[in-house]
Amino acid sequence: MATMLSQDELLRIDTNPHKADFPLLAQNPELVFLDSAATAQRPLAVLDAQRHFYETMNANPLRGLYRLSVEATQGIDNARSHIARFIGALDENGNPQSSSIVFTRNASEALNLLAQTIDGIVHLNPGDEVAISIMEHHSNLIPWQRLCGATGAKLVYFRPNNNYEITQQEIEEKIGARTKIVSVTHVSNVLGVQNDIRAIAERAHQVGALCIADGAQSVPHLPVDVRSLDCDFLAFSAHKLGGPMGIGVLWGRPELLDALPPFLVGGEMIDSVTETDAVWSPSPQKFEAGTQDAAGAFATDAALSYLEGLGMDVVEERERLLSMYLCEQLRGLDYVTVIGPDDPSRHVGSVAFDVANIHPHDVASILDMSNVCIRAGHHCAQPLLTYLGWHSTCRASVAFYNDKTDIDRLVDGLNSVWRIFNGR
Amino acid sequence: MDVSSLYNEQFMDHITHPDYKYPLDDATYEHDGINPSCGDELHLFVRLGDDGRIEESSYTGHGCAVSMASADMMSDLMVGKTPQEAIALCELFKNMVTGSEKDTELLEDELDEAALLKDVSHMPARVKCAELAWRTLHEMLQA
Repeated sequence: MATMLSQDELLRIDTNPHKADFPLLAQNPELVFLDSAATAQRPLAVLDAQRHFYETMNANPLRGLYRLSVEATQGIDNARSHIARFIGALDENGNPQSSSIVFTRNASEALNLLAQTIDGIVHLNPGDEVAISIMEHHSNLIPWQRLCGATGAKLVYFRPNNNYEITQQEIEEKIGARTKIVSVTHVSNVLGVQNDIRAIAERAHQVGALCIADGAQSVPHLPVDVRSLDCDFLAFSAHKLGGPMGIGVLWGRPELLDALPPFLVGGEMIDSVTETDAVWSPSPQKFEAGTQDAAGAFATDAALSYLEGLGMDVVEERERLLSMYLCEQLRGLDYVTVIGPDDPSRHVGSVAFDVANIHPHDVASILDMSNVCIRAGHHCAQPLLTYLGWHSTCRASVAFYNDKTDIDRLVDGLNSVWRIFNGR
Repeated sequence: MDVSSLYNEQFMDHITHPDYKYPLDDATYEHDGINPSCGDELHLFVRLGDDGRIEESSYTGHGCAVSMASADMMSDLMVGKTPQEAIALCELFKNMVTGSEKDTELLEDELDEAALLKDVSHMPARVKCAELAWRTLHEMLQA
């Protein structure tokens, strides 16, 4: 089948030096996992780190004055500083800004935290506007929908052009004098396209608005640097980059985090409490009520080390080749429609597609019977699907631990689906 | 699980050549059923005869193969049943796809071809699809 990939590039995705690092994949060689946009597989180093924490460092962090608790606290602090370095959150001396990293349960919680506390820095009035894109995951849509509902502000949507780009013209039209908050996904979890956060942030700042980026689908796959994005906040989840489930990150400019009120209140987030009042800890602790997932933070630290060991540029390049190959192979099937840009290199990890006259749930169920895992449905992006005229779609998504054989197996599986419904 | 255990020829025949996928002009009852998360949309028609039994049952709509084949099989099964019998069959079907009724002989006797869908009990994500027509009929007859 026609491919833009060179022989050398095909050979690179045909060999797979990574699968062995992932116990679930190594122990199930028949499994074709093409749903990494939903959650990544976890390398042994992460599972070991989680276990290591509980076996050797387990104590409640922050409060204890004994060695174990100090080590647990150190585990969280190291993770915070590692995450800051990983996303380029550095101070003027090049040191990681740990205080800019807030732990949450996931990207969804990070975005909810913002939507529920942002009144502390920007007060919305009727007539004000919040701008998001039509390609948002529900996690970066419903929180703003609710906030607008509660304040009388208007929710406006950036819409992509026919080539699935949010153009500079669209950015300038939708961000104006009334805009107070702009929150946009860096990479779409359906179309796989990358939005120009820097251009959006520049325009937002011109009009005095805040710019928030949803990095759930970009931080795991691309080198992401908050200084070059120039956004004010960035949210992402550890589980999509090989870390544990249940831990996520909100990065914010320190002066903005300081200005936000707390989110949840209770233990470990106060300096002092009286019968009538409480004084909050400085951020990030101010946002981290209750015992934190210290083991999760420690394991997230290990996940970043694993990715850095490979090199994020290497990860990005391998995933680009895999996404291109995936896109091309799907396009080669005359009964498949790929949803998204024609240029296969613009799909960052995710490729949504439709199989003619066969419901995505049937496609996914039948593929499952040959151990091929894909996602089917609305991908938590119903407004996008409605806008594009689809009810639900199939989605295959890759990570660096996939290989050419995985994609060939998907194609074989799709041919079986087609035969079951249409005969030979 | 093998593909042929669910998406077999008999099952696929209800998709390629549905017997009851048409509107009824003289329906006694009509009722909509939807699975919002799947996008399955069903419109169900039932005509009762003078004896109070279901004379004809049909459906229109769109959705996955499991929901549509299930609606076709159900429409066939319901002809000649009283509303009470139909409701009992809807409950039996639900018990089959949720895995609480496993007596194959009973299921085949009572549900006829629809017993083909028993493997759905191993596919939790598809239970809602299989149930759609039956749930819709149940709601319609109880209302």
